[in-house]
Amino acid sequence: MSAWFDPNAADAFARLPEYLGQHVMLSVSAIVLGLLLGLPLAIGGIRSPRFRVIVLAVIGLAQTIPGLALLALFYPLLLGLSLITTTAFGLQFSALGFLPSLLALTLYSMLPILRNTITGVLGVDASIKQAAIGVGMTPMQSLMKVELPLALPTIMAGVRTAAVWVIGTATLSTAVGQTSLGNYIFTGLQTQNWVFVLFGCVAAAILALLVDGLLAGIEVALATRNRRKLVLAAAATVLVLAISSVPAFVQTGAQYVIGAKPFAEQYVLAALMQQRLSAAGLASSQRAGLGSTVAFDALAAGDIDLYVDYTGTIWTNVMHRDEFTSREAVLAEIGTWLKTNRNVTLFGPLGFENAYALAMRRDRAEALGIRTIEDLARQSAHFTIAADVEFFVRPEWRALQADYGLDFMTERQLQATFMYRAVADGEVDVIAAYSSDGQIAQYDLVLIEDPKRSLPPYDAVILLAPGRETDRAFTDALQPLLGAVTVERMRQANLMVSGSAGTQQTSPAEAARWLSTAITAQR
Amino acid sequence: MPDDQIAISIRGASKTYDGGASEAIRDISLDISAGEFLVIVGESGSGKTTLLKTINRLIEPDAGTVRVFDTDVTSVDATQLRRSIGYVFQEVGLFPHLTVAENIAITPKLLGWDAAAIAARVNGLLDLVRLSRDTVSRFPDTLSGGQRQRVGVARAIAAGPRIMLMDEPFGAVDPITREALAEDYRALHSALQLTTVMITHDLLEAVLLADRIAVMQDGRIVDEGTPHDLLTGSKHDYVRDLMAKPRRQADRVAALAAEAAK
Repeated sequence: MSAWFDPNAADAFARLPEYLGQHVMLSVSAIVLGLLLGLPLAIGGIRSPRFRVIVLAVIGLAQTIPGLALLALFYPLLLGLSLITTTAFGLQFSALGFLPSLLALTLYSMLPILRNTITGVLGVDASIKQAAIGVGMTPMQSLMKVELPLALPTIMAGVRTAAVWVIGTATLSTAVGQTSLGNYIFTGLQTQNWVFVLFGCVAAAILALLVDGLLAGIEVALATRNRRKLVLAAAATVLVLAISSVPAFVQTGAQYVIGAKPFAEQYVLAALMQQRLSAAGLASSQRAGLGSTVAFDALAAGDIDLYVDYTGTIWTNVMHRDEFTSREAVLAEIGTWLKTNRNVTLFGPLGFENAYALAMRRDRAEALGIRTIEDLARQSAHFTIAADVEFFVRPEWRALQADYGLDFMTERQLQATFMYRAVADGEVDVIAAYSSDGQIAQYDLVLIEDPKRSLPPYDAVILLAPGRETDRAFTDALQPLLGAVTVERMRQANLMVSGSAGTQQTSPAEAARWLSTAITAQR
Repeated sequence: MPDDQIAISIRGASKTYDGGASEAIRDISLDISAGEFLVIVGESGSGKTTLLKTINRLIEPDAGTVRVFDTDVTSVDATQLRRSIGYVFQEVGLFPHLTVAENIAITPKLLGWDAAAIAARVNGLLDLVRLSRDTVSRFPDTLSGGQRQRVGVARAIAAGPRIMLMDEPFGAVDPITREALAEDYRALHSALQLTTVMITHDLLEAVLLADRIAVMQDGRIVDEGTPHDLLTGSKHDYVRDLMAKPRRQADRVAALAAEAAK
């Protein structure tokens, strides 16, 4: 099957204008801002060696923070800042998406710009600097009229390095809600859509090479002092960047923003809700791939209007509770708590649970006589457990360890995508599976019982942003979904998206349409 | 020709670096008349460049005073002072990112002349230093050494200074070009009634151009006088040895010329 006939490839191409546009706009903004901030700092560093040491150390330190962490750090920072400005000046801004991405990437772009500017200026021939002072320039005039212009090719080389870094790192901004070419990679990774992953990587690489090439043209024109070539190269660069970023400035006209965390089920449910809204004539857009706490904060701040979360996640991560009674009690208590404390509305449960559950290969569990977590605890010292990146820091994992005395030989963090195959292949012994995942049946895994009920319930619920609960057209469109999604249907839809077990891989939107039909049929 | 007005007056100027190492000057006093062409000669490290730079405050002496047209140089803004004094650098020091016209126009521009006046001045200067007008839009690295030095001179006189400081201005060009440059400059010096202080290694050049020669050794002026004075005898052995060389050269050339005339 050629990639060109692959519906995934066609889908990927259809999304390119939007993703590329946002990616280019974000990258260009970050580099421009990096220049605006970096050049004055570099000038300060040129004039004062002490300041130079300090500023290079600080910016260099920021460089060592991994991209994803830097992005993640800016989100709560901006959220707090937004809260302050809202209460102090009534000025509210979105802490999600563009702004945290812009700030993090700007910080990234500054090191090469700073370093090359300082090196370039300090490297200007001493006799030229002497001549500048000799003809009657002030030190500032010498810097602006002679030293900086002569350092331009070196500065431009720094801008090129910055551009390549920024374009690469910008793919991570998807995690804080900024659309970018990273959407292909995040979505693709979570839905086992390798065409998407590859498409995202190749698109980002081509963009980086293209921009690097265009900037190289400017650098050469500067170095050879060819003014005609400089104008041509600069015009070509501006033109390419302007054309590719046009879609980012086109208003989509979306009234509602649907959030989704980065895994297949969330993509399907986001698509399902979008289809419902669209059927009711309400335009909406998706912010897919948000981190778990990012999604909730974004909802509370009104940056997104709705998304699906799970009661256990709210209970432990947002409310910081660990003891619980029953599914119903938890649900009721969360509803009240969210309303009073965060003004968020728990619109209602969808009808299925997606809980964490420990799972093993059926044959292996039977051979070892493991039925409950108590059985598992007796042998856990020889076992390796794998779970998603969140699980091992969640309170229920600590509860589980304390209640049963679990003590695994090794704990491994794995993308949910790879987890099921890893346990099926015997690479790990136990995984923290998601109970609504279709791969449990596909790989013939067995869920290990939790008689002490250490793991909280995880009912999938629709949460609405403050104020949206009174929007009748909106709530009416979503109402039919409540209580309508059974765990079997959800597993099936999830399995369709991950496209294993010989089934034709489908997109989240198609799986949502299938789910929608199934819901209507069952009524 | 020199008149009675003193253009530059240096009194007891001293400058030491790192405990009296190289290029220092020690207690130098020197008067230079308006319109005079003074050439400073001496070995490398004798303090010639240091002395020259104290005049436009590229170097501030540790002790002593420098007066230019009866004004203490420390009483005026150093940048303004430099704009009023022409300086031709040893390494030429043209700005490689600027065209010939832009290099020449730099000081008038810093002084805020209007564009039309600058353009007219640049054209006039090109003629004055005998550079073809089609060089205006070229960059320095496309010029020959001699052309570059002419641009350097044009840049130095662009804003109409009364004083010119020249640090081995023709050091980087071949002997034939060098002679032409030197002669052209001497004519400019007279026509524009400049006061020139020039440093050179070339004693023949010094003898041919100077109204007066100052000989430096170890940061002091050991002797000074007209070329004739110094050629015909000095109390200092060092100066006599130094001046013997151009004399020998001149004698040899004269002998050859006489032979050819027979």
